[in-house]
Amino acid sequence: MNSKQKEILMRKRYSAEKRFKFFGIFSISLAILFLCILLFNIFTSGLSAFFKTKLILKINFDEKKLGINMNTPDEAIKASNFNEILQDALLNLDLLAPDLKKIELIDIVSIDATYELKRFYLQNKDQLNKIVEISLTLSDDLDQLYKGNFPRDIPEDRRRFSDFQLKVFDEQNSQNKIITEFNFSFFKNADSREPELAGIGASLIGSLLTILVCLILSFPIGFLAAIYLEEFAPKNKITEIIEINVNNLAAVPSIVFGLLGLGVFLNYFYLPRSTPLVGGLVLALMTLPRIIIPCRAALKAVSPSIREGALALGASKVQAVMHNVVPLALPGTLSGTIIGLSQALGETAPLILIGMVAFINVVPTYPIDPSAVLPVQVYLWSESAERGFVEKTSATIIILIFFLVLMNSSAIYLRNKFEKKWS
Amino acid sequence: MNLTIIILILIFSLSCFFFGKTKVSNKIKISRGKLNSLPKYYGYYLAAWCGLPALLILILWTFSELYFVKFIILSDFKADPTIDENKLNLIFTEIVSIAEKKFSGQIPQNLIPYAERFLSLKYIFELSKLAVIFSTILFSIFFSYEQILKNIKAKESVEKIIKSVMFCCAAIAIFTTFGIVLSLLFESIKFFTVVPIFDFLSGTNWSPGRAFIRDASTEIADVENVFGAVPLFWGTFFIAAIAMCVAIPIGLFSGIYMAEYASRKVRKIVKPLIEVLAGIPTVVYGFFAALTVGPFFRTLGEIIGLEVSSESALAAGIVMGVMIIPYVSSLTDDVINAVPLSLREGSFSLGATKSETTKKVILPAALPGIVGAILLAVSRAVGETMIVVMAAGLGASLTINPLEASTTITTQIVTILVGEQSFDDPKTQAAFALGITLFFFTLIINIIALQTVKKFREQYE
Repeated sequence: MNSKQKEILMRKRYSAEKRFKFFGIFSISLAILFLCILLFNIFTSGLSAFFKTKLILKINFDEKKLGINMNTPDEAIKASNFNEILQDALLNLDLLAPDLKKIELIDIVSIDATYELKRFYLQNKDQLNKIVEISLTLSDDLDQLYKGNFPRDIPEDRRRFSDFQLKVFDEQNSQNKIITEFNFSFFKNADSREPELAGIGASLIGSLLTILVCLILSFPIGFLAAIYLEEFAPKNKITEIIEINVNNLAAVPSIVFGLLGLGVFLNYFYLPRSTPLVGGLVLALMTLPRIIIPCRAALKAVSPSIREGALALGASKVQAVMHNVVPLALPGTLSGTIIGLSQALGETAPLILIGMVAFINVVPTYPIDPSAVLPVQVYLWSESAERGFVEKTSATIIILIFFLVLMNSSAIYLRNKFEKKWS
Repeated sequence: MNLTIIILILIFSLSCFFFGKTKVSNKIKISRGKLNSLPKYYGYYLAAWCGLPALLILILWTFSELYFVKFIILSDFKADPTIDENKLNLIFTEIVSIAEKKFSGQIPQNLIPYAERFLSLKYIFELSKLAVIFSTILFSIFFSYEQILKNIKAKESVEKIIKSVMFCCAAIAIFTTFGIVLSLLFESIKFFTVVPIFDFLSGTNWSPGRAFIRDASTEIADVENVFGAVPLFWGTFFIAAIAMCVAIPIGLFSGIYMAEYASRKVRKIVKPLIEVLAGIPTVVYGFFAALTVGPFFRTLGEIIGLEVSSESALAAGIVMGVMIIPYVSSLTDDVINAVPLSLREGSFSLGATKSETTKKVILPAALPGIVGAILLAVSRAVGETMIVVMAAGLGASLTINPLEASTTITTQIVTILVGEQSFDDPKTQAAFALGITLFFFTLIINIIALQTVKKFREQYE
């Protein structure tokens, strides 16, 4: 082999080296690129859901048409009909509208608009018999149009609003009668068939209750189990079986836990269906091994000298563990628990199986009320055909991711703050 | 109701604690002159004896109450040979819903007395629950008080109690596994009495919707032919394979780069960033696959003249693969880091480049660990639910075209069990049969994977 051949060989080897390194960088960039595309996609399509489009309308609170006066009690006002003054105001937008088009004019605003009027009036009773400018929620189709989520230059029969509605909308827009404001109702309302009214209030509370049930059950049990396995368990068959079980349960597909919940908790114990109680129970069983494993690691990380010191001073084994080891391991176990719970928060499949996919339009207050949870809400809305639900789904995902980031960063913070290096 | 009882038990326990800590220990001190434990242990001892038995009874009672109520109420119907177990369950559900005033439709008159009986039975059970629990509390307080006065070593007893409570917590893992296996087996066995297990595992036609046809002449024939799970196994395998085609190369190279090439600084940023992929809820991936990736492939296919259905195995598989990348990359990274430095140094000293060392020395040494990592990732892919439910489609077919819709075991479980279901329906039981297949399949992969990783660790530690 002469020097020329050697040089060629070397060059080949170096280029192979470069190629190999490039593959590594390429793979990592690809993975991160996927992540960026995913997040970018969700955020761009979801941000608009935090705002809603409203129409400023001149409403005449006419005593006669409402059938109420200054002294009418609140109950009677709630029962009275505000539809007529709303329709009058809407028809005033285009006085020349032919009869057939009138219904389209009325459909410009959301079906919630009369209730908005009612709520406004209940707070401003002095406005009776006055003409007031009030902003009312637009129907979701025009809302989507205004936000640019729906193209306007497609044939009339392929969109959900008519040319006439579009014309009226543009007129109002040119008069600056269309405004956007922050969508508070998205956080307050429960689910609804109307995209402009649907909110995540119910599923937010439902998720909170479910995670609370899960935390109350899984943290103490998981922590005590970890202490037992790490500190007290004798080396025998039973301990070995428990350890194998814990490790395997951590890798069992989550849907199997859903089947367990359905087959045992619902079918056998008759626990109430679709409730945070059962959801929390199922998630607690699922999270348990995922809490035990990091808790054991945290206990293991405490230096043996701590135990030995306590034992040497005459403490019993239980005292040494409870008074000396556990307080030192606690921050580590907490961060493990938070990560376990954040996985439970994003879990969908087992909750679908125990019936948490039901359409819930009231905000739950107790763990035994039927409720939805955030990830299931994402699933439900993504299955729905209405265009307005797409941005709602993305917005729900943003909220979900916000909570996950919050939980995970607090876990990381806890770990970094209290991590002790035993030398 | 139960909450009130729990709070009452806690209040009792707390007062027992203080009673034991001050009064009882003082009394012993006066009578014997010396305590053999700190006063607080007397308190703990009394409190534990007061609270634990009562809580245990409360839990057992609450869970078994309805079972007994059901047994008593249905004893009248059991004499009738025409009513089988499934029908009994149905009758009981009706009685409960009548009693709770949730029954929709015409209320069957003959069940109304039973509904009244159900309510009165429930009332009696609640009352007797209270009585039993509070007599238990009194009895156990009395018993433990007597024990304490006999100069029992309070500290040792308390520690024994603590240890046994901990053991029970650890044993819940065993109970969970038992619960899973039993609940799945119980329904699956019912299913396999209707559909032979061989037909289920080797049949190629999956259309459980047709099992609903309750025509007396065709029912049995139908049930036999519609529960062939092979298309589901194929779909699961197919989508998992597509996912692994994405996850293995990207995950492996990322892991190798992070372990061998990346500087400490880069690694500290990149590793958590990739792990974020595993932290995103699967429903988010499902939404992304169904709404962005699926339509993207569809338009791409239209441009090059291929017919791509908007729910395709390809879209679901690729997105699932992205989700699995961190499972492969992080474990690969760990495993490669566990390979001793001496192997690397030996190779370098012979003049090998870094990539040659990695390919010819490190990877063979780390192979068992990497195989374990990949197997764990496969088990994730097989058990993954939301992505395939939302993006892979529902039609069961034996296709090898990744551009067509395909369905998996998990998708079918969700589709069958979503909404109301009755447990006497072979369709519902089929879902449990699929569940147990999935459980055992993933269990076997997991055991193999955990064993290989463990063996690898032992080799170098």
